Amino acid sequence: MAAHPGECAQRALAWLQRRAGIRRGVCLVTHVGENPRLTPLASVGVPPTRLRGFSVDLEARDHPLTQALFSTRPVVLASNGHAPSTPLGSTATQAIPLRALEPNAPPAGLLLLTPLSPAGTADAQWLGRVLGPRLAALTAASHLQEFGQQLRHEHTLLYSIINTVTDPILLTDADGRIMIANARAEALLATGEDQSEGRRRAVALNNMLFSAVLSRHALEGAGAPRSEVPLADPVDGSDLLFEVLSTVTSDAREGTGVVSVLRNVTDLQRATVEIEENYRRLRQTESEARAEKDRLELVIDSVADPIIVTDPGGNIVMMNVPAERLFTVPEAGGEEAQRLVQANDAHFSSFVSNVFFEADARRRSGSISLIDPRTGIALPMEAISGKIVSEHAEVTAVVTILHDRTEELERAHLYEELKKASAELERKVREATSELVHQNELLRRSHIELEQASTLKSQFLANMSHEFRTPLNAILGYTSMLLKGVSGEMTAQQNRNLERIDSNSQHLLSIINDILDISRIEAGKMPLTVAEFTIPELLREVLAEVEPLIARSRLTVSAELAEELPTVGSDRQKVKQIVINLLTNALKFTPQGWVKVAATWDAGSEQVAIAVTDSGIGIAKKDQDVIFEDFRQADNSPTRRYTGAGLGLAICRRLATMLDGELVVHSALGAGSTFTLTMPRTRKGE
Amino acid sequence: MGEPGHESALVLLVDDYPDNRDIYVQFLTYSGLRVEEAENGYEALDKAFALRPDVIIMDLSLPGLDGWEATRQLKRDPRTRHIPVVVLTGHALAGHSQGAMDAGCDAFITKPCLPERLLEEIRTILTAAPRPRSGDLTS
Repeated sequence: MAAHPGECAQRALAWLQRRAGIRRGVCLVTHVGENPRLTPLASVGVPPTRLRGFSVDLEARDHPLTQALFSTRPVVLASNGHAPSTPLGSTATQAIPLRALEPNAPPAGLLLLTPLSPAGTADAQWLGRVLGPRLAALTAASHLQEFGQQLRHEHTLLYSIINTVTDPILLTDADGRIMIANARAEALLATGEDQSEGRRRAVALNNMLFSAVLSRHALEGAGAPRSEVPLADPVDGSDLLFEVLSTVTSDAREGTGVVSVLRNVTDLQRATVEIEENYRRLRQTESEARAEKDRLELVIDSVADPIIVTDPGGNIVMMNVPAERLFTVPEAGGEEAQRLVQANDAHFSSFVSNVFFEADARRRSGSISLIDPRTGIALPMEAISGKIVSEHAEVTAVVTILHDRTEELERAHLYEELKKASAELERKVREATSELVHQNELLRRSHIELEQASTLKSQFLANMSHEFRTPLNAILGYTSMLLKGVSGEMTAQQNRNLERIDSNSQHLLSIINDILDISRIEAGKMPLTVAEFTIPELLREVLAEVEPLIARSRLTVSAELAEELPTVGSDRQKVKQIVINLLTNALKFTPQGWVKVAATWDAGSEQVAIAVTDSGIGIAKKDQDVIFEDFRQADNSPTRRYTGAGLGLAICRRLATMLDGELVVHSALGAGSTFTLTMPRTRKGE
Repeated sequence: MGEPGHESALVLLVDDYPDNRDIYVQFLTYSGLRVEEAENGYEALDKAFALRPDVIIMDLSLPGLDGWEATRQLKRDPRTRHIPVVVLTGHALAGHSQGAMDAGCDAFITKPCLPERLLEEIRTILTAAPRPRSGDLTS
């Protein structure tokens, strides 16, 4: 028995050829499935080319072969122009359907035979009845085998597909046992005997973790089909994170199972963490940047000078309050203010665009003239621009600071004025100086002349003094001799007259001496001879010299010396002259009573004082200055009682000044007077 | 009149003003001194060398040779160096007395000077500087 349907059909046709004498025959077989059709299975007496590609669609019910196939008895196909419809050509053909044993089974095929004798027809019909069930059975077996092969192929294909998926995929049964696992899943969750201890342990741990996830799924149901499971890579031990997507599958034969797809999210998580970190950093940077910006804006706003930031398009992207004042129209501003703002904008833009175009310089400074839109006052500005350059060397912005130069210019103007004034002053000073030089020259000359005049005057005074003294010497000499009786005895009257001559001559002499003193002091020719001396000794000498006057005055004269009077360093002769003068005045102006000379010493101020006090006529307040003037007495009338040229106190005061001291008077009319000479204990040398 | 030893002293009085010479001559003679007169510097030198007086009274302002120069010459000359010179002058300025001291005078008196004052000065000088006299001056 032939196992193959083709071989079986070929033998059947060969038997018919021998028994019934058919020349040509074809066995067609039905194919069931999606595309049911009728195709040749075996043939005799027909060239193979004619059969190649022959096929009849079973859906085409009106096809003669289809009709023949589904009929219950053999059919003769006439040669009526349907020649191409059979592989046997246009000759009349006997078609015998081949049936299976089962009454409902579809026809197994069709025998096409030609020509056929009546005896042959019976043989053919018998063969048809025998061949039908046989062919049906063989075809079915062949189909089954084909299907099995196809199924195995598909299984292999499916496995290879699953294995090519990099995500681990598993099917587990209701108890969590792995039914199917792809290569990746096996690498993580399955192990062999030959593998290392470390890997086996990693796999065991992975199984535990995975089971835990599955049981959690089972508990929570379909509510949480996704979860993450951390697994270890058994190969290198690194940590992996998988997202598990589980789906429950129900199969009638296999029962309930769970298909799990594990997606490796290790990198995703790392990326997530990184992104989160980046985001956090970004947020921080942003907040820092914002804080920085706020701070910067605060700083910029607190700067009194306008600051403007311009982008490469020439748009102002930021400005501080002082800048806004220049480049925005004030709320109450009219057309004029708007025009001024536009003018400012134009000036500023032109300056900034130059900055952008200057490729080499990072900074640029210059001056631009702006106008305050509120007041219309011109503002000469100094502009300093700096480029902000990105790391790609692109100019991203230009920062410009404007500085109002009004004050500076005013100052410069003032400075100019000042310089001018100063130059003018200098010129005047120069003129004045040259004038002064001229005057000085004149003065110098006049000084020389004066010096000459002074010398002449001194010479004259010396001469006059000499000339006065010479005759006066004779007068006094003769008078003295007459009084002394050198030329014989005089009568009382003559003696009185001689005494008058004598006293008048003395007076004349004292006047001459005073005038000489004054002149010498005035001319600076009074020499100063500083030496050490003691006051008591000086006063004794003075009192001795004025003794004749004291004797004549009948006044009580006393001296009062302080204790511990120091030695004095001064011009003894001049002190003596002053004290004599004061004492003779006191004697002269005190009709009766007393005269007292007192010397005191003040250690604190190092001043020595010699005071001459009398109980005389006193000096009225108004005359107390007069008495120190040249040629003055308190009573200056022509009929005055007291003689004297009135030069004494004037000379004394001058001498006191020469000694760095002073001479003062305390007096009242009728209450006596006190003249006090005060002078430093030691007069400083010239 | 006067003390012995001084009456015979010879005073050379040099002054160009006759009245002043006359006063002192009268008074000194009256007081017992011998007096010779000279009215200028040259005459003073001549008489001093010739008479070798005990004291010379010298005025400063003199015609011809003045008193300063005359004093200097007297003090330079060994014959007259020892004779005291009393300058008697109307010049009262400080420079004058200093000039006279520099010239070598022994005393300085400012006019006016009463005759008795001059006598006193002469006596003081002669007492202070007694010295052996040459015989021709002694009378």
